[in-house]
Amino acid sequence: MPIVVGMSVLLGFQLLGELLARGLTMPVPGPVIGMALLLGGLLVLGRVPEGLRCTGEGLLRHLTLLFVPAGVGMMVHFELIRADLWPLLITLVASTAITLAVTAKVMSRLSRREGEGR
Amino acid sequence: MLTDLDRLWVYLASQPLLALLATLLAFLLATRINRWLGGTPLVHPVILAIALLIGFLLLADIDYVTYFEGAQFIHFLLGPATVALAIPLFDHRERIRRRLMPILAACLTGIVTAVASTLGIAMLLGASRESLLSLAPRSVTSPIAMGVAEQLGGIPALAAGLVLLTGSIGCALAPWIFRALRIEEPDVRGFAMGLAAHGFGTAHSFAQYGALAGAFSGLAMGLTGLLTAFVLPLVARLLGL
Repeated sequence: MPIVVGMSVLLGFQLLGELLARGLTMPVPGPVIGMALLLGGLLVLGRVPEGLRCTGEGLLRHLTLLFVPAGVGMMVHFELIRADLWPLLITLVASTAITLAVTAKVMSRLSRREGEGR
Repeated sequence: MLTDLDRLWVYLASQPLLALLATLLAFLLATRINRWLGGTPLVHPVILAIALLIGFLLLADIDYVTYFEGAQFIHFLLGPATVALAIPLFDHRERIRRRLMPILAACLTGIVTAVASTLGIAMLLGASRESLLSLAPRSVTSPIAMGVAEQLGGIPALAAGLVLLTGSIGCALAPWIFRALRIEEPDVRGFAMGLAAHGFGTAHSFAQYGALAGAFSGLAMGLTGLLTAFVLPLVARLLGL
């Protein structure tokens, strides 16, 4: 039964998130609000219940598989992708490189300063 | 005989069973192929699985709508999986609290860099509005990016694809960039990977740089997803997109 409990908790928080997103017309996806709510709930509770942990970690372990159906949807957008192929590819490579470099530099600088301050 | 087979095929192709099984098999096959190639980040199993499936659907003349009728059962799990990202965030709460300022500052800088460089470069190169809006959330983990793209008016499927490509590009580029910048701390490496390349980066960090890097990568991924989901719609509204 733990998986049933865990799944109910996850779906329940997702439902709560969807309701809040619709009700308050927030431009944030429902599951994201559900994640924030669950994090709040866990902080109050102080631990992760067994069923929730095994269900949640099971889902996260197979996260990459869950992307596949949506990714196959690219086949519907071949035209758009072909029209914008070079802008898309160059943007992805350049921007990913810049993001990696900037984040690593900032994090490294700030962590070091924090360490020296102690 | 042939007509019987034809009829059987027509029946199978319209059932959710075939799409579901094909998705799982393509994923297994892609994982195997990646392992044969020595686990190279250049051919990510997810990208390979998607390519295999698109090839199969085109050959079998099955359209995406029919395929998705079966594959939606897998797709649906992205929702609860997003909610479940709260678990690793909760697990790292002590680490977060101890280094809250560097983490938040690096996270915000990283997000702004990712969004600004993405939109800036794509605009300069003349990408269309749909492409822009689908590109905007690309450094965030897929389930969140798809939700955000949909909210913004982009195309969720395209956003998902771009996110997946970003992840594999990030894994391929990271070793060069870390070497060039002399970044050696595993926590910093992991954090940058999680921010720029989400789940792919996290998996890569665990495998290449160890458990501490993996934990920081998961933290960066969750935090980036959460912050981007709240910040990006506001930024897009400000830019008038």
